[in-house]
Amino acid sequence: MRLQKLTPQRIWILAGYAATAAALFSAPLFISDFRLNLLAKFLAFAIVALGLDLIWGYTGILSLGHGIFFGLGAYAMAMYLKLEASGGKPPDFMGWSGLKELPLFWKPFEYFGFAVAMGIIIPALLALVLGYFTFRNRIRGVYFTILTQALVIITTTLLIGQQAFTGGTNGVTGYSTILGFSLGSPDTKRVLYWITAAALIAIFAGCRIVIGSRFGKVLRAIRDGENRVRFIGYNPAVYQMVIFTLSAAIAGIAGMLFVLHVGIISPSMLGIVPSIEMVLWVAIGGRGTLIGAVLGAILMNWAKSEFSTAYPEGWLFFMGALFVVVVVFMPKGVAGLAGQLKFRRKRREPDHEGVRNPAV
Amino acid sequence: MKESAILQCDDVTVEFDGFKAVQGMSLKLEKGELRFLIGPNGAGKTTMLDVICGKVRPSAGKVTFGGKVDITRKKEHQIAELGIGRKFQAPSIFPSMTVSENLEIAMRQKRSVFATLFARMEVEERERMDQQLAMIGLQDKAAKRAGGLSHGEKQWLEIGMMLLQEPEILLLDEPVAGMTDKETDKTGELLSQIARKRSIVVVEHDMEFVRNFASKVTVMHEGKLLKEGTMDEVQGDERVAEVYLGKRRDADVSRSTA
Amino acid sequence: MDVFLLQLFNGLSISSILLLVALGLAITFGLMKVINMAHGELIMIGAYSTYLTQNLFNDLMPESLFNWYFVLAIPVSFGIAFVIGLILEMSLIRFLYGRPLDSLLATWGVGLVLQQLARSIFGAPNVAVKSPTWLDGGLKIMDGTLLPYKRLFIIALVIACLVAMYFYIYRSHEGRRMRAVMQNRDMAACLGVSTRRVDAMTFAIGSGIAGIAGCALTLLGPIGPSLGTYYIVDAFMVVVLGGVGKLVGTVLGATGIGMFNTLFEYWTNASLGKVLVFVCIVAFLQWRPMGLVAMRSRSLD
Repeated sequence: MRLQKLTPQRIWILAGYAATAAALFSAPLFISDFRLNLLAKFLAFAIVALGLDLIWGYTGILSLGHGIFFGLGAYAMAMYLKLEASGGKPPDFMGWSGLKELPLFWKPFEYFGFAVAMGIIIPALLALVLGYFTFRNRIRGVYFTILTQALVIITTTLLIGQQAFTGGTNGVTGYSTILGFSLGSPDTKRVLYWITAAALIAIFAGCRIVIGSRFGKVLRAIRDGENRVRFIGYNPAVYQMVIFTLSAAIAGIAGMLFVLHVGIISPSMLGIVPSIEMVLWVAIGGRGTLIGAVLGAILMNWAKSEFSTAYPEGWLFFMGALFVVVVVFMPKGVAGLAGQLKFRRKRREPDHEGVRNPAV
Repeated sequence: MKESAILQCDDVTVEFDGFKAVQGMSLKLEKGELRFLIGPNGAGKTTMLDVICGKVRPSAGKVTFGGKVDITRKKEHQIAELGIGRKFQAPSIFPSMTVSENLEIAMRQKRSVFATLFARMEVEERERMDQQLAMIGLQDKAAKRAGGLSHGEKQWLEIGMMLLQEPEILLLDEPVAGMTDKETDKTGELLSQIARKRSIVVVEHDMEFVRNFASKVTVMHEGKLLKEGTMDEVQGDERVAEVYLGKRRDADVSRSTA
Repeated sequence: MDVFLLQLFNGLSISSILLLVALGLAITFGLMKVINMAHGELIMIGAYSTYLTQNLFNDLMPESLFNWYFVLAIPVSFGIAFVIGLILEMSLIRFLYGRPLDSLLATWGVGLVLQQLARSIFGAPNVAVKSPTWLDGGLKIMDGTLLPYKRLFIIALVIACLVAMYFYIYRSHEGRRMRAVMQNRDMAACLGVSTRRVDAMTFAIGSGIAGIAGCALTLLGPIGPSLGTYYIVDAFMVVVLGGVGKLVGTVLGATGIGMFNTLFEYWTNASLGKVLVFVCIVAFLQWRPMGLVAMRSRSLD
């Protein structure tokens, strides 16, 4: 269905995308360096949200483990940055734990290319392994979700427990340069921002292609009725593994970009709470729409940075309540709300089938 | 003449937690045959279909497809790929997708991740889909969400999906339940038409439908084969009359969708 | 020999705590298919209820009676968690039947609010609950091997809860109604069982047991607003491993995880031990994807 005609509606949508892309790229001209850095971080989060939406919104598999995939990407980049800062010697925290030699698995992270590759490959591989052992045996739904959450717990305990190799609770921080450019300089920050924006747009476009393809339709079919898909002749397990792996790889990319903007990664940034917050972004923006996931991530993080320092208590109350309201009353999120309004003008359509049939 | 049997079930037994739903059932299906499977509730008809399409693993027995492949050890999707299509009793379509999307993914094609990722709608495929849409009478609703269709339309959509799948054997579980008389006749004619090229097994309670379209009928009772033959032979059989048809004749019910 | 016995006892003790935490989940998740992520917070509520009972005894009762506060604390914890569970079911959970993943997310939000509420009321730092003196000390079985009374008490408490639950679910009138509704909701409704009431009661009982678990946890150390989060994932693992729908699965799941956890931590260290347990669980699910004790059904999903 790629040879679609350019209907006026399509032209408007394309124009909208072009305008958004232009706005993103010219943002450094309008906003302060501080805000630009924040925005860059939000864009990195928006990338995870895209990955999460692929698996949750389109395939119906809820992963509460995306913090880990995000974090593994971030750690890969952090290891490179840390080694560049220390000039290839064992980083400071290793000395504190009495480790004199650089561990073997740290060594290749001196090379930027290797670190970037690992930042994608490691999360993807972990997802593939978990996916292989679960989807193949039809462990799905809440069982899968609980297993992903257990994965988060053991990974964070491992990161904290193996302090000498991972920096423990403090994580990895204290970088200076990337490929010789100072991370602190506004110029580098601007370039990194553009790279992030470009990555977001590229991944967005990539996701659209995936979703629009017949592969994407099979994913949605799996969401609607996994067993039915089998009897048509598809093996859902393979599809689930592929999309889960892809989704984890995207989260890894986001994690790498995140470290570049924030300058630190620690276990608390990839634990249970951040992982579930990522789900909240997608839920609020609207699962099953890519633009919703992106907007949800940006909006929620913007709101968090505005309010959470001023009203730390109020923020948590608000977030908890938002979770409840969105999940119970607006299962399609903000994007769905917009869609509903459009529909209501035409006529009331009987929707929300899932809500009305609570029979199990 | 063994070669002509497209499907052969030998001594199939199925247990659910100690309860034997099917006990030593055998069934032989010729190429191009339209077979009706009837029997009272709980006779194990649906379970038999489940065994053939891989949904249920038999605890004993063998199911051979095309004279050589033992399918009892295969996964559902492999069996479907071999060419056995299944239509469930309750219409099971993909409700959040449009009618044409439902047909598109059901269509006979390469089903690997790689193939679907780069698949494009060929002109020939589009024509086949349009034909199918016209046949199931849903051409005006091609872009509608399948979840919004009426019960009968969903049934038709599912039949359409199965036909596009182009299986060698079609397994249908009460295909005319919830259809009007006219739709029922149309379905029957369609089935006889399809049976010229493919083999069909239909589980049905609607006796009039069976009488009108059946060439050969298999009666099951309590998980076992009771009688096999033409409709007249089956109707003439005393045991069958006792467990099944008799009761219905007494009650003077010729149509029932139990 | 000592080491072996001590490790065995440790394993048993961890298993009993896991089981107590998971019992409530076995009801809400196993029977109702609701993923209650606020379960951990109901445990926290139980713990704070015990803390409050202790404070009340301190302030109002003569000192000689202080030791008996714990006896009262158990029903109080159950009661308060029960009521909060009831409110939760009536205001929120009932919209979420049949949407397990959504129930997970919504109740996580509830958990967040409850945690923050506890932080606002009791403050963020942990508070200590003084255990009754009759639980101090331990049973000496040989030189250098002491089995603390507190842990023995928890084991006994779990057994008591199990027995009570068994009789409630399998032997009482209400239990029969509960099983009827969980197995075939429509049929039960047709037979005149008020499914709304049964749902609410079932959920509230599951919550109440979480309260008892919280009460027991005060014996083991100080408590804080995020007490429940340490246990919730482990508790879910118990239910997943044990299989849903039968109590015996939960018991086996808890014993399995508790024992293996102790064993692996003894062999390696705390963090690697957890990894090994997780790997074992995933490996086990390869063999039995539905858990130890599974109920088979013929439905399509």
